[in-house]
Amino acid sequence: MGDLATLTRQALDEVAASTSLAALDEVRVRWLGKKGQLTEQLKSLGALPAAERPQAGARINAAKQEVETALQAAQESLARQAVEAELAAGRLDMTLPGRGESRGAVHPVTRARLRIETLFRNAGFEVASGPEIEDDFHNFEALNIPADHPARAMHDTFYFPDGRLLRTHTSPVQIRELSKGRLPLAMIMPGRVYRCDYDMTHSPMFHQVEGLVVDENVSFANLKATLQQFLQAFFEKDLRMRLRPSYFPFTEPSAEVDMSCVFCDGAGCRVCKHTGWLEIAGCGMVHPNVFKATGIDSERYTGYAFGMGIERLAMLRYGVSDLRLFFESDLRFLRQFGAA
Amino acid sequence: MKISIAALREWVEFNDTPRELGDRLTMAGFELESLTPAAPPFSGVRVAQIIEAVRHPQADKLQVCRVAIDAAGLTGEGALQIVCGAANARAGLKTALAMVGAELPGGLHIKAAKLRGVESAGMLCSAKELGLAETSEGILELPADAPLGQPLREYMSLDDTVLELAITPNRGDAMSTRGIAREVAALCGAALREPHDTPVAVDAALGAEQGVGRAMLQAAAACPRFHSRLIVDLDNTAASPLWLREQLRRAGLRSISPVVDVTNLIVHELGQPMHAYDADLLRGPPQVRFARDGETIELLDGRSVTLQSDELVIADAEGAVALAGIMGGARTAVSSATQRVLFEVAWFAPSAIAGRARRHGLTTDASQRFERGVDPQLGAMAIERASQLLQRIAGGRYSPLWCAEAATQLPPPVAVTLRHASVARLLGVDIPAEQTLGVLQRLGLRTSAASDRTASEPGAWCFDIPSHRFDLRIERDLIEEVARIWGYERIAPAPARSPQMIRSQPVVQIPEQRILDTMTARGFLEGIHFAFVDPALQSMLFPGVPVHTLANPISSELAVMRTSLWPGLIKAALDNQRRQQSRIKLCEQGVVFPVGGPETRRLAALLCGTRWPEQWGGGREAADIFDLRADLESVLSLTGDLPGFEFVVDSLSCLHPGRTARLTREGKTVGWLGELHPELVRALGFAVPPCLFEIDVDSALAVRYAAFEAPSRFPQVRRDLAFIVEENVAARTIIDAVESAKVSGFRHSFVFDVYRGAGIETGRKSVALGLILQDKDRTLTDEETDRVVARVRDALRSSCGAVFRE
Repeated sequence: MGDLATLTRQALDEVAASTSLAALDEVRVRWLGKKGQLTEQLKSLGALPAAERPQAGARINAAKQEVETALQAAQESLARQAVEAELAAGRLDMTLPGRGESRGAVHPVTRARLRIETLFRNAGFEVASGPEIEDDFHNFEALNIPADHPARAMHDTFYFPDGRLLRTHTSPVQIRELSKGRLPLAMIMPGRVYRCDYDMTHSPMFHQVEGLVVDENVSFANLKATLQQFLQAFFEKDLRMRLRPSYFPFTEPSAEVDMSCVFCDGAGCRVCKHTGWLEIAGCGMVHPNVFKATGIDSERYTGYAFGMGIERLAMLRYGVSDLRLFFESDLRFLRQFGAA
Repeated sequence: MKISIAALREWVEFNDTPRELGDRLTMAGFELESLTPAAPPFSGVRVAQIIEAVRHPQADKLQVCRVAIDAAGLTGEGALQIVCGAANARAGLKTALAMVGAELPGGLHIKAAKLRGVESAGMLCSAKELGLAETSEGILELPADAPLGQPLREYMSLDDTVLELAITPNRGDAMSTRGIAREVAALCGAALREPHDTPVAVDAALGAEQGVGRAMLQAAAACPRFHSRLIVDLDNTAASPLWLREQLRRAGLRSISPVVDVTNLIVHELGQPMHAYDADLLRGPPQVRFARDGETIELLDGRSVTLQSDELVIADAEGAVALAGIMGGARTAVSSATQRVLFEVAWFAPSAIAGRARRHGLTTDASQRFERGVDPQLGAMAIERASQLLQRIAGGRYSPLWCAEAATQLPPPVAVTLRHASVARLLGVDIPAEQTLGVLQRLGLRTSAASDRTASEPGAWCFDIPSHRFDLRIERDLIEEVARIWGYERIAPAPARSPQMIRSQPVVQIPEQRILDTMTARGFLEGIHFAFVDPALQSMLFPGVPVHTLANPISSELAVMRTSLWPGLIKAALDNQRRQQSRIKLCEQGVVFPVGGPETRRLAALLCGTRWPEQWGGGREAADIFDLRADLESVLSLTGDLPGFEFVVDSLSCLHPGRTARLTREGKTVGWLGELHPELVRALGFAVPPCLFEIDVDSALAVRYAAFEAPSRFPQVRRDLAFIVEENVAARTIIDAVESAKVSGFRHSFVFDVYRGAGIETGRKSVALGLILQDKDRTLTDEETDRVVARVRDALRSSCGAVFRE
């Protein structure tokens, strides 16, 4: 049956020549379909003597099987090629940056302030605030700074024609909170303050955070512990701290707080002017006159207070060298503070 | 306050090096600000005498001097030949000679040299060349008794160090060498060496007939004690001696004339301000009185000031001659021609001086001390010491010491009780009783006779306060002294268990961090701007809105308090535009200061430039008001109540009239959104119009907790409607029309397209609306869906005049 062999070869040639799944389907229909040429061969079996039929049938089926196998292999190969082609076509430059908006940033002073608030909140302090336009009583008088007190010269105050002023420190919030008479209390009071002074190292507006703890038997030793723990936590450094006697009218004893320089660990560098120390805060025990002005019995209660400049903390923590950068809103500066 | 170590050693013994002493004082409350040598390093400079000076043969301005540095030199035998250009080089003058091999400040190395052909074996030095003055005329002139050949450093005690100390305002008593010496004595446990001056011989005849005399105290409470003394036949033309000029120089003062130098030295050394009048210019004895309102005086610095009735003056028959305790007047000023002087050493009450100098923009050595408090017992000692010094320098005859006094008005002695237990309670450390007592005794406090009173109270002492300590008035003041001298560093930190106080956070407030996170996630950079703004910009944006104006602004451009955060953002945006930043997204939170209302916290943002940062992926179109609105809505969503906000079409003079929305919540205005008015865009020079929003944080961002609802388990259906409406039908009106129809099965709708142009009549627009339909309890049938859609169409037709293309 040379005819069958020819047909088979012809079918296999067509399979090999097919370059698409559609062409393969056509080949399958032409040869193996209901009316396919090889299928047709089976129909011709009837014309053969009964004894030859099984053999001839087997041959035809074998031929069909051979073509079917070739078809399947070709089909798989083509499918694989199609996928590969699709993948090749779908290749992207994965080094391109992502599409859309990029993230902004929180101001470094705000970041520092929120960090301070979190640290103190965790220690049980409340956060309070007060008005920025203040009166003489809250900003000076009640803080034991009467008119003509030499300490007023240390505050270059902005005034309004009616005698009110822009608060020169956050301490007036102390007065407002103490006057509420809610004792004991432990709170911090962050906010903007104003001094009539503008140069390389002074901004007419800046930020302070005030701390105040009042209870029976609050001591200077407690104040020391609070400040030391705070500074170590804020800077994440095992830094040393020292309190240096100083003078503030609203605290007594009063102290300036120095910490070992965060840049040289106290060895001495340009930032700490080779002293190994950085002045970072003022503090002291609440003056009896402040308690008197707010109606608190200073025989029963004692308290400590501290205040520090947030810009200074932010400058030291983030390595910002120029105070003025904070208020110029240079996008190229602000953009650098995106990290959480 | 500049204190020379050498001067300090006159008063107290100590072993510390200058650095150690500075550190010790720092830790006692007198911060060491600087530590400088009295003279820069130099060597090879000796006391020498010019024995002959002749003109240089080749140069008019040079002299050839023969200079002796020892007895042999004086005979001319061993004299050195030095060429010198100073005009004051003259035979007989004792001066400073830098020998061959000397090293001078600035690295100058002295070698044998030939000047215009004449050999010179060294250099005669000026004060400037030795680093002792900024400028100087001629070579140094040394006293005739300066020992020949002695190294100059040794002769002038130049190996001295000057400590510059910061004195806190409560410690007027420490504003002198003596005051610091007293502290050093207390800190080191040493004794203070008081000088034993012999009073000058007085001429009892000097007095009344001279027309000046005892002062008249007409304001005895303000000035209860006034020492004075007349000095005649003075020679004030003489230069002050070198040692005095050196002391003044190390104190940071200039030498002027013997009389002035002596008074300045006394202030610096003893802390007692004093004044000298030219007695020939005084008309009658000095009176101490309050100024008459509007009275004027010309001060020593040449300024004329007008006085008020609470300012104390010293006056004569013709009017004020000094602003008491602050500055003398020009009319009676001492000059080199002065031959008769009246010394004043008065005690003024701090309250009579405080703040007065500042009123006239003055800060003087006298005012600083008087307003902090000068020891009322110091006067006699100071005027005696001054007299003695002056006599040594300028001669003269001295009147008896006159003292006008209102004894009852002098500050009474003060006694303060200290309970030992109070120290431990306040400081949190136990300082033994004897040490507590010891510290205070070293400071000159004596347990007083009044202690008998308190003897009944165990563990308490009553102390007499020394007259120089104006800062010791209550028990707390003494505790501070104990802590200060005992040492702050010896108080160990002691963590306190803070009282337990969990106070609830007000639930209505959105944590600030979340607001910031929202803004920054959407690309905004937070800025912080001054709360005072340029009045011009403020009124450009908000014409007619009243503002708080500062009485003393730092500059005219920072003169009014902001009523909105926009001026700060707009200025920052313009600054950034100048820095070639084309895309600006800034936000700010902070208080604003409306007139007649409380300070309110606001959140504002400015958007200007492309939608996205320039990139390959698109977003190059200009961001518009709807981008910013989405940012705003994202923040408003933090309230859990976005539907509670309404954007009402409105106008604000600084915003584009067709692109302005007022944000309301429950009918109350809580913010504004809009694009900057085109005229302002041009006037301010914006390349691209910025979009702005501002909201009131407390009212806009109060949280509303939603009553949460389980989502329906049944399928939702979407139907889209397209229809044509008049241009002026707002999206909000369309959405409201659908919502208010309250059709059962309708959930919500949204505009997904707005089209104008080809196929649509001018003045009209085609709107595409998406409807989401869903029932809580069952699947909607097709008929039900159709019915819902039909009712929505009806509502749109009747409320908005919508025309559907059937």
